[in-house]
Amino acid sequence: MAKISASVFTSHVPAIGAALDLGKTGEDYWKPVFAGYDFAKQWEKEQKPDVVFLVFNDHATAFSLDMIPTFAIGTAAEYQPADEGWGPRPVPKVIGHPKLAAHIAQSVIQDDFDLTIVNKMDVDHGLTVPLSLIFGQVDAWPCPVIPFAVNVVQYPVPSGRRCFMLGKAIRKAIESYDEPLNVQIWGTGGMSHQLQGPRAGLINREWDNAFLDKLINDPDGLSKVPHIDYVREAGSEGIELVMWLIARGAMSDVNETKKGNAPTVRHRFYHVPASNTAVGHLILENN
Amino acid sequence: MSLDKPYTDVPGTTIFDADMSRMGYHLNQFCMSLMKAENRARFKANERAYLDEWPMSEEQKQAVLDRDLNRCIALGGNIYFLAKIGATDGKSFQQMAGSMTGMTEDQYREMMIKGGRSPEGNRYTGEKK
Repeated sequence: MAKISASVFTSHVPAIGAALDLGKTGEDYWKPVFAGYDFAKQWEKEQKPDVVFLVFNDHATAFSLDMIPTFAIGTAAEYQPADEGWGPRPVPKVIGHPKLAAHIAQSVIQDDFDLTIVNKMDVDHGLTVPLSLIFGQVDAWPCPVIPFAVNVVQYPVPSGRRCFMLGKAIRKAIESYDEPLNVQIWGTGGMSHQLQGPRAGLINREWDNAFLDKLINDPDGLSKVPHIDYVREAGSEGIELVMWLIARGAMSDVNETKKGNAPTVRHRFYHVPASNTAVGHLILENN
Repeated sequence: MSLDKPYTDVPGTTIFDADMSRMGYHLNQFCMSLMKAENRARFKANERAYLDEWPMSEEQKQAVLDRDLNRCIALGGNIYFLAKIGATDGKSFQQMAGSMTGMTEDQYREMMIKGGRSPEGNRYTGEKK
């Protein structure tokens, strides 16, 4: 059977992608950001996941205001890096895993989460920046990726609670898949940032670190935090952090079936700033 | 019955909800059209004429011509869509965000390097700083 071995959490700031693509990683401004991902790159080489289930959000790229799916699972064979207005990032195309994705869609919808199924979609920095940070600058991504897009652009976005419960349904789906695959689930976006209005530039180091603590030790409690707290404390775009709860909900310690022990924190990193944003990164291994 | 909107007292912040989205639909879809190189070229060649192809309000068109992002947002624009105008103008996300704060580009960049804008005094409208 397939198994979720670990969850990885990271911000997905577009400027990080630009710094990588334009060869600026050695600059003083960027050095501390990329140093925070050295561990992940090494760790990932040892882990060798067969598939990454990647929770991200589209930033008005694949989805305009013509269609706004709350939860969308990619079941395509491949996805092209999108042109977000600056030209597509020079990164490999993303290979999907249609068979596992279709299995997850069927299982999760039968579990009352009404997913939108997407067979054609370009993927923006929300998906490709995490891949670059964790896998490095490579000619081909080392494994297939299932993109899972969450609407965090137009309110109301799904609640933290809904995301956490969805993570549990995704775990159930993955662990009922017949092939012995090593699957990782990634939650991306955040941390505190606000990109709009006179309050733009808001960063809340204390709140972000409390979020990381609770994500590790009390995800159930964290899932009950209302949207307004994210907006007030972590900025209007800090709301992206609800996506981390999907990945956390898929860990074995918070699930009743085949319940595991608390996960091992393999790595934790926090840095301000990357452009307008606080960067957070966490690796949890299932026990 | 009115809907629950607990986010109207956050200073300097407009939450892009279903009502704003309805108001800003054509403005945001105009922005979306700038993801195609040929549309960017046509827009740059004659901004007014390009905007007139869209059923946007006069106020929305003027806000775009003025590159007044705060005004665009008040009229239903969303930052991720408005960012396509910035990309067309060759501006970074940091330049765009900074332009809404009343600070110069250097002041904003400096604030971010020093840890960003503090939440202290910035949580509620009318709160003492």
